[in-house]
Amino acid sequence: MTLTKLDMLSKDTEDMNSAYDAAGGNSEVLHNHEMSSLVVSGNKVLSANGTEGIVLEKKETENGVDIKMTIQKGYKIPLPVHLCFGLIPKDGIQEIKMDFVAEEDSEVELIAHCTFPNAVKVVHKMDAKMVIGKNASLKYTETHFHGPHGGIEVLPKAYVKIEEGGKYYTNFALISGRVGFLEFDYSVDAEKDSICEMVTKVYGKADDKIRILEKIALNGENARSVIKSRIAITDNAISEFRGITEGHAPRARGHVDCMEVIQGNAKAEAIPIVRVDNPLAKVTHEAAIGCVDKKEVETLMARGLEEDDAIDIIVKGMLA
Amino acid sequence: MSYILTLKKLELCRDGKKILRGVNLEIGNQEIHSIIGANGAGKSTLAYTLMGLQGYEQNEGSIIFDGEDIAELSITERAKKGITLAWQEPARFEGLKVRDYLAIGARDNGGITEEELKDALCKVDLNPEKYLDREVGEALSGGERKRIELASIITMKPKLAILDEPDSGIDVVSLKEIVNLIRALKENGSSVLVITHREEIAAASDKASLMCEGVILRSGDPLEISEFFKNRCIPCDNRIYPLTEN
Ligand SMILES: Nc1ncnc2c1ncn2[C@@H]1O[C@H](COP(=O)(O)OP(=O)(O)OP(=O)(O)O)[C@@H](O)[C@H]1O
Ligand SMILES: [Mg+2]
Repeated sequence: MTLTKLDMLSKDTEDMNSAYDAAGGNSEVLHNHEMSSLVVSGNKVLSANGTEGIVLEKKETENGVDIKMTIQKGYKIPLPVHLCFGLIPKDGIQEIKMDFVAEEDSEVELIAHCTFPNAVKVVHKMDAKMVIGKNASLKYTETHFHGPHGGIEVLPKAYVKIEEGGKYYTNFALISGRVGFLEFDYSVDAEKDSICEMVTKVYGKADDKIRILEKIALNGENARSVIKSRIAITDNAISEFRGITEGHAPRARGHVDCMEVIQGNAKAEAIPIVRVDNPLAKVTHEAAIGCVDKKEVETLMARGLEEDDAIDIIVKGMLA
Repeated sequence: MSYILTLKKLELCRDGKKILRGVNLEIGNQEIHSIIGANGAGKSTLAYTLMGLQGYEQNEGSIIFDGEDIAELSITERAKKGITLAWQEPARFEGLKVRDYLAIGARDNGGITEEELKDALCKVDLNPEKYLDREVGEALSGGERKRIELASIITMKPKLAILDEPDSGIDVVSLKEIVNLIRALKENGSSVLVITHREEIAAASDKASLMCEGVILRSGDPLEISEFFKNRCIPCDNRIYPLTEN
């Protein structure tokens, strides 16, 4: 295990701090040594603070970092662990490999901020394997900040295994700045009595392209899941959503809920897929694509807002 | 007497059907004016036409507001001049906080203080501690949303508030609160056009008008107009016709 505490004085660090703040984070938490945090800029680990109960290993690679994080058996980490990934220059590639294990009965919240404020030609790849052990719990929030140029490819891919009685909650948000190209690909295996909740919120503009693929296999008895997706697209943006839930065991319960709002020439496609091969399992879905609710827009206009501002408030509310 | 609103021969067609068939109406400054009439008489249609909603652009006649014909103005422009509307069935806003919703109408008046926000909720009998940071969305009951809609009218301080059935979905016990609220709007300088099926609300008005089949049949003392509607009109063929006129 490597535990590094670097002084956060370098130019890189300053840049990452302000980018982190811009992404909605509070860079002070990255200095607070009572909190666990990890800051990666490009392929450099700028700082890494562990706390009791967390084992953090990291290795800088050619284009990024390999991280192995283990929450040790029985540890309930009281404060969230902050992760910050980013790339300050206009172009480049960042590949994060993440191997995460929450051991039996452990509990942790990870808050990740991914920030690419100047991206003109940037690729950010994340390949994660996550194991949520027996009765363990992981809450994972990932918020992106991309800047105004749109020249970015974001490719988060994760395989998640939730063991018996485990809980996994994830929330992915890409609302500020341009999306660029997003391919979100998460696949989950959920065992007996486990809970999985996956929320994605994305706001696409100009010629952004959004592809979201989420798959949950409810393999164990009484496993429960929700996939919730909120996508707003405008101008010439395109989105494709595919939410797959499979019910393979008695009393497995799953629900897929996708709501998309389109404006301008944007095009959206939503495909909820439901597969059940156990007669005692039940999986439901709802998907709606439409324009912004007319009455909501007219109500805000009747309070004095211009139409565009009204639409903006409504869309941001949906994505909040 | 100076009028905040004067309608002359206002006509509106929808899908080829004439729904407003020459509405004439005058509303005085700081007057509470109720509009009563049978279901389908055209009351909500009149409200939407005054606000200039999409699909409710008048075909004939004039809407003079504060001395100016506003027929060509957009919803936003009308709102900026001081007209606003509370819907019979308010919209749901997913993710929008009550405090942010209430602040929107006050933007053009130099914003709103925390005290004013709380005060607006108290006026519609909602506990500010409980509601200010909640969402105007799914989780609220119909009656709660209706109250918040009315609170958003208070914070806007309009010259003319059009309230479409402010009592619908509100429990009977709270009817008095609605009457007080309408009076409070008047005291703060607003004129109020209130569409209602409730005698209690009509009775609290300065003036009332009876709408029938897309026209204003008569205007005058609220009690007299209510009595006329109750005793001198007959239901027939799903419509209500007056016995004397026609
Ligand atoms: N798009 C439309 N095409 C044709 N007729 C319409 C259209 N919209 C409304 N109407 C008709 O216009 C008439 C007036 O409707 P409106 O909603 O204004 O009545 P109201 O007086 O508000 O009734 P209530 O008391 O039930 O609220 C009704 O007969 C209704 O069916
Ligand atoms: Mg009506």
